[in-house]
Amino acid sequence: MHFALDDDQQALWKSARRFLEDQATSERVRAAMESETGWDAALWTRIATEMGWAALPVPEAHDGLGMRFVDLVPLLEQMGRTLLPSPFFGTIATAVPALLEAGDDALRARWLPAIAAGEATATVAWTEHRSEWDAADVSTAAAGGGSDGWRLTGEKSWVVDGATASLLLVAARDGADTLALFAVESGAAGLSVAPQKTMDATRRLARLTLDGVHATRLPGDAAAIRRAHDMALTALAVEQVGLAQRCLEMAVDYAQTRVQFGRPIGSFQAIKHKCADMMVQAETARSAAWYAAWCASEAPERLSEAAAAAAAYCGEAAFAAAAENVQIHGGIGFTWEHDCHLFLRRARASEALMGAPAWHRERYLQARGM
Amino acid sequence: MDLRFTKAEEAFRDEVRDWLESRLAPGGAFHEIRGRGGPGDEESCFEPRLAWERALGEARWNCVAWPEAHGGRGASLTEQVIYHEEYARAHGPGRLGHIGETLIGPTLIALGTDAQRARFLPGIRFGEHLWCQGYSEPNAGSDLANVQTRAERDGDAWSVTGQKIWTSGAHWSHWCFVIARTNPDAPKHRGLSYLLVPMDQPGRIEVRPIIQITGDGEFNEVFFDGARTDLDNVVGEVDGGWRVAMATLGFERGASTLGQQLEFQNEMEVVLRAAQRTDALKDPSLRQRVADVLIRLELMRLNALRTLSTAKADGSLGREAMINKIYWATLHRDMGKLAMDILGPWAETLADEDDLAMRRLERLFLFSRSDTIYAGTNQIQRNIIGERALGLPKEPKPAPKG
Repeated sequence: MHFALDDDQQALWKSARRFLEDQATSERVRAAMESETGWDAALWTRIATEMGWAALPVPEAHDGLGMRFVDLVPLLEQMGRTLLPSPFFGTIATAVPALLEAGDDALRARWLPAIAAGEATATVAWTEHRSEWDAADVSTAAAGGGSDGWRLTGEKSWVVDGATASLLLVAARDGADTLALFAVESGAAGLSVAPQKTMDATRRLARLTLDGVHATRLPGDAAAIRRAHDMALTALAVEQVGLAQRCLEMAVDYAQTRVQFGRPIGSFQAIKHKCADMMVQAETARSAAWYAAWCASEAPERLSEAAAAAAAYCGEAAFAAAAENVQIHGGIGFTWEHDCHLFLRRARASEALMGAPAWHRERYLQARGM
Repeated sequence: MDLRFTKAEEAFRDEVRDWLESRLAPGGAFHEIRGRGGPGDEESCFEPRLAWERALGEARWNCVAWPEAHGGRGASLTEQVIYHEEYARAHGPGRLGHIGETLIGPTLIALGTDAQRARFLPGIRFGEHLWCQGYSEPNAGSDLANVQTRAERDGDAWSVTGQKIWTSGAHWSHWCFVIARTNPDAPKHRGLSYLLVPMDQPGRIEVRPIIQITGDGEFNEVFFDGARTDLDNVVGEVDGGWRVAMATLGFERGASTLGQQLEFQNEMEVVLRAAQRTDALKDPSLRQRVADVLIRLELMRLNALRTLSTAKADGSLGREAMINKIYWATLHRDMGKLAMDILGPWAETLADEDDLAMRRLERLFLFSRSDTIYAGTNQIQRNIIGERALGLPKEPKPAPKG
């Protein structure tokens, strides 16, 4: 029984923290926010090649490092701390698990080496009218299936990095109403992609319109797709832990240095107790997210329940931390210049990105047979 | 990161489980007290529970965390977790000896003299001596260092005079560990000593039960009027009792949180049974609250496992452990209110129920109001987290008057 980072995970934790504190500065984050694609291509190349992060979960057979999902925890948490805009989340946290869980060898051989090398990025396109990744929300139609392959028709919204991804894994229903993922290449005929204006400019979303787009079906069934989803959800929860932790640190730093009535505001219980509550929630969120990540690699039969619990708890913990951080900073926390609002925006967006906490609580009850 | 138990740990689990089940299952010698004596039911079945303490001691199935040299099993943190989980799973009776086992025992092992250990530890292990904790006073609750009870040297003994309050189990205890002021001239934290005082002193010690909001009298006021204890019944230095008192509080958190979590789970099972009766799971807002409590309950277990995994070699816990008290206290209180809201009007008439488990939901609601008060209120916990875990500045001391 050892519910803590092991030596290799700690090493990744330290190197990720060092790199991101150096690179993902407020200036770099803001520059990326204002750029057209939403992320810094040169920095992504460094992340993929120099740091090797894109290769971490890719199997060795496909030129990757073959690390387990749970081994991504240190990296995801550090990424959440810094709001670094990059294709990492969409590619590594949503598309790679989908290829591994639901894809076949041909698709993996086609895409994973390029992803590991940082040359291709990918994403999953699921949501249509509601942000829940609920099968009932998917109405995009897949026709054909013969020697000519599949043709997809429908619309997708809120697709993470949908405008920049080289590979889109699109959820659709075949003629028998069976749900599956379909691989679509960017630039395919009949595919139009429109970036959406987002409140959180550190994670870009896009709307896809598919009109008879050629696609390759991933063989994975509903259970395989569910596992991939739960891994993505877990990755988001780990990111949210990093966000909550960072907001706590910002609030504590400010409360130690800001003086009013002749003393640091952190000496007032009104402020101190807010910080204490933030720590309780951030630490509990960490337990929830780490456990779900461990389940993903070592106890998949418990993953769905653990991921739902983590999603419900971490989403709210991260939002509460970001909101209290603004409050503790007072007027300065309300300015554009200060980074508080970037975390508030990210926290709010993440809380809804893959289903709201209330939805995950409902899912949790159902997973437990209630 | 690995949340599995090893084969050796699973073997230990089987051993604990077999021992407990053979005694508590139907037909077992202690079946009648299975699940009795928990929070809100402390007064029940006193004699058989005392016999249970002896049985545990003889089989070395209490004090498992103590070093083997002192009669324990030297159980690792993981083994302690397993022990407490199995104890709760088996619906082990509420322990009469828990204050001895978890508070004064470890304090004597860490800071007592050889003679004190030899004298007191066996009595704790074999259920011969039950202990109570003489900390709080009417004017020393959260501000513990404000204790006014005094101890003075009187010939070959200490003479203790003052009043303690909220003293759990004082009415059945043989001994009390008392924080008393031995130097009234020293600054408030520096003039205190940690004394071991025998309770059987008619005329010098009077115990008066306090009826609590559950209607039971599990805790007491204790009046000391020249109570005597031997000069060598001081733990640590004379006037150095604050450090000892704080060390004792440090033992309050640890592996037992896991057992407590399972007790909460057992209670939650009853709450879910109540939900079936009232169809509460058809109500979307109650579904949300049930899910919220179930999730937080699961996270209580995970928090505790993480805390234990990062403990240092000497068993001391990291700063993350400071969140545990406020976390479980708040969760348990929310659980109590949820049980009431699920039951609706049925909650009003639980006293009429035949089913003991169902009747106890009333006590869950009422008793859990104390969880966020005793052993450091939620507000004190937030101060501890803010100051010791996060490094925020302390509240400045008020300026002297005049």
